Amino acid sequence: MPPKKRITMHDHAAEASLFKRRAFFTFICVFILLSVLFSNLYQLQVVSYKDYETRSNDNRIRVVPTAPSRGLIFDRHGQLLAENQPYHSLEMIPERIKNLDETFDELNGIIEIDADEREQIKETLKFHRRFKPLTIKGKLTEEQVATFSVNQHRFPGIYVEAGLKRYYPYAELMTHVLGYVGKINTRDKAQLEQSNNWKTYAATKDIGKQGVEKFYEGLLHGLPGHLEEEVNNRGRVIRTLKVTPPTPGKDIYLTLDLKLQQKAMELLAGRRGSVVAMDPRDGGILAMVSSPSYDANLFVHGISSKGYSDLLNDKSRPLINRATQGQYSPASTIKPLVALLGLEERVINDKTRVWDPGFWQIPGVERKWRDWKRWGHGWVDVYHAIVDSCDIFFYDLVYKVGIDKMANFMGQFGFGERTNVDIYEEVAGIMPSRDWKRLRYNQAWYIGDSISVGIGQGYWTSTPLQLANSTAILANKGRRFTPHLLKTFKDDTVKIDAPIDEHQPIILKNPKNWDIINEAMRQTADKSRFTDATYTAAMKTGTAQVFSVGQDEKYNADTVAEHLRDNALIVAYAPYENPRIVLAVVLENAGWGGANAGPLARALLDEYMLRDEWMLPNE
Amino acid sequence: MNNQMHSNSHHQKKNIWQRLHIDLPLLSGILILMAFGLFVIYSASGESVAMMERQLTRIGLSLVIMFSVAQINPEVLKRWALPIYIAGIILLLGVHFFGTINKGAQRWLNLGFMEFQPSELMKLAFPIMMAWYISKFPLPPKKRYLAGGAVILLIPTLLIAKQPDLGTSILVAASGVFVLFLSGMSWLIVGGIVIAGLIFLPILWFFLMHDYQRTRVLTLFDPEKDPLGAGYHIIQSKIAIGSGGVWGKGWLDGTQSQLEFLPERHTDFIFAVIGEEFGLIGSLFLLTIYLYIIGRGLIIASRAQTSFARLLAGSITLTFFVYIFVNIGMVSGILPVVGVPLPLISYGGTSMMTLMTGFGILMSIQTHRRFIDR
Repeated sequence: MPPKKRITMHDHAAEASLFKRRAFFTFICVFILLSVLFSNLYQLQVVSYKDYETRSNDNRIRVVPTAPSRGLIFDRHGQLLAENQPYHSLEMIPERIKNLDETFDELNGIIEIDADEREQIKETLKFHRRFKPLTIKGKLTEEQVATFSVNQHRFPGIYVEAGLKRYYPYAELMTHVLGYVGKINTRDKAQLEQSNNWKTYAATKDIGKQGVEKFYEGLLHGLPGHLEEEVNNRGRVIRTLKVTPPTPGKDIYLTLDLKLQQKAMELLAGRRGSVVAMDPRDGGILAMVSSPSYDANLFVHGISSKGYSDLLNDKSRPLINRATQGQYSPASTIKPLVALLGLEERVINDKTRVWDPGFWQIPGVERKWRDWKRWGHGWVDVYHAIVDSCDIFFYDLVYKVGIDKMANFMGQFGFGERTNVDIYEEVAGIMPSRDWKRLRYNQAWYIGDSISVGIGQGYWTSTPLQLANSTAILANKGRRFTPHLLKTFKDDTVKIDAPIDEHQPIILKNPKNWDIINEAMRQTADKSRFTDATYTAAMKTGTAQVFSVGQDEKYNADTVAEHLRDNALIVAYAPYENPRIVLAVVLENAGWGGANAGPLARALLDEYMLRDEWMLPNE
Repeated sequence: MNNQMHSNSHHQKKNIWQRLHIDLPLLSGILILMAFGLFVIYSASGESVAMMERQLTRIGLSLVIMFSVAQINPEVLKRWALPIYIAGIILLLGVHFFGTINKGAQRWLNLGFMEFQPSELMKLAFPIMMAWYISKFPLPPKKRYLAGGAVILLIPTLLIAKQPDLGTSILVAASGVFVLFLSGMSWLIVGGIVIAGLIFLPILWFFLMHDYQRTRVLTLFDPEKDPLGAGYHIIQSKIAIGSGGVWGKGWLDGTQSQLEFLPERHTDFIFAVIGEEFGLIGSLFLLTIYLYIIGRGLIIASRAQTSFARLLAGSITLTFFVYIFVNIGMVSGILPVVGVPLPLISYGGTSMMTLMTGFGILMSIQTHRRFIDR
């Protein structure tokens, strides 16, 4: 048979049944493959359902944090010291601006952006992410906001943002105490991340940078709220699903007394110096002034670099809080405490008299230590020594007591360590001792060192706050409190008193010694500045040498350059019987303490002691 | 045989559907799918009535086409197999030299009054050609005829793959392979082809695939690598399906689709909308209808009286399955992204017309049986 014929031969029945077998086989395959699809769907929709549901919600729900409003700050009488004011700024999203210069040109007439500002914006843009808003003009007036809003359609990518900004109505009066808030920077962010608080700052722009604003950031800030919004794939908001309002920060009341603070600033009159007033009964700070100061509001809106460098380079150093960071020789203001140490160590008693010929010598040593009074005070007892601030009496006393007991005793009054007042800007000052000198200078302690320290000079430095604090302990006869600024804070509507930190009191072997020294200070006040006061007071002045006067040289304030003149100091308290206010004043390079700081202290105590309490606004 | 005798003996009782050349079981499956599809498109298009109307028009038109094709006797198709195939090849060559480029691929031929896609014509012309060619010889076919079939298969497949249109070339090649397989090609050769295919894979990967195609395959294995770029489609589509859960988020309530996170949601990725809004239940329903249509198609094929009709019907039915498998596989993340629509559901006319022409042929094969002379 020719093969060709066989080719055309079809066995139809066989072909049909072959096909059926194959068709059945493929149907089974189809079924299996569809089952594969189905089991994959089962995996997605049942097994991993939770996971995909979450991701679907993440897609569509955008949680927008809303910033809490910052707690307000009041003085002890409820006077507003720091508030939040509505604030409008012009913002720009860089990637949506086609031509920056053209846009700015077009903006002219609505909101002027001058050449300097343009330059600065362009500079900032170099390191700015294209899609993040950038403030191109802050502090818009209402008129500017209105005019821009009408023209908004001409400026895609530019918009007005409304918010609240901190405002300090007393500008420079409170700066060193309140500090200020400023934009959160990378360092703040790192700190917040470390303390696990970064999340609560999602919508917050400003953070306390210094002073009370920084120290009580945790109370003042509050907690953010959230807006849950449904968005589409382009991020457009379709609707708001849920609103959780923010928890505003807590209002805080400081121990400060606005009027006293104002008075102190007024009396300082721009001179370099500092005033600290404290309530010895609880350590609450009534006034804390550092002069010169600066307007804290400058920093809230971001100070210009020129403005900042001007402040930084100002010779009178306004940026420093002299009350807690200024380190001054306490000079004669600590003589009462040195005398107290002498009494306590029984080196002297209230009858001991020392002959003051105008100089003093360490037995067997040639060098003469001069009294401030060239011809001497004659016979002096402890009262006389404090009232007239006789140096010789204390040279002799310290020589006999020695530095070790001195350093230890003064340490109990807070010298040489931070008071832990509730602002971070504080230094410890120096209470010199043998160990300290070895560590610091790798030198042994000399008797001569003790002699200078005995009259509050030499290595000894302290802050005005430390002086006020030690005076408060003295006036309190040993009761000790941590100086503080926070009086109460508001939780919802309830005012809660800030805890008062009282330390173990200083117990003297002979408690009568307190009375001797306080009495000496009362006499000092009576015989000079407070002779005619209608209330009782106690005080001690001090004049700290800024540079050394040679052994036989004469110090003449009028001929010495101003920055080399003596610092004038005073510590005082009133009323004598039951002290309500303690004061420490330092005037830099002002000259004689009694003559220069004295009137200031008197005026301040008058302000506080003579005021009619009923006239003060209620809390 | 029994069937034929059965229908012969009931010659007088031939019902209206048979006279209209409509296979009711198949048609009902198709209509259920189309109706379901309309609902899904309404949701996926953001409740666009206009789009639904347009789709409805296409459905109507495709039903007309199906009905018309069903009237054509399979024997006529057999006669036209070779001429249509050759015309198709010429048109594909025309595309290659004169075609317009759209979205980076050269698939369209400008006929002056309309854009025409010859590869779409090939989806049907090719299985007809293959079925005709193979059925000329006694089955199972001898190796040399298989070789001839391979040549017939490779020419259009390569031309289409070169456009590039991977989806269509897969569909075309599959329709040819199905004809060969159903014709009874020996298992040895089937095995050989599978092995050859495995060997060919690396060659395909390194030498023949475009970079974007390779990216698609890589994306399949790790879509999270580039979640906003290459992986975006797949990730969003999986999120849509997965978040639908068992019962779905409800019609019109799929957030992935309604909020436009899901791309191509009314065309190639419409299955994700079904998964999201109707859940596993909806997916199961859809798969069941599909399985039903495929089953019906294979029954029609098995009952056909000529090898040509059998092979053609089988190939059309199985190609329909390839659509389903490739589309759902890609949308649910187990196959790379290839441009294949979800049959009879996806918004768009071209594939629907082709598919419905195919179903028209199936109906013709089913309803013209008794006129065929043994």
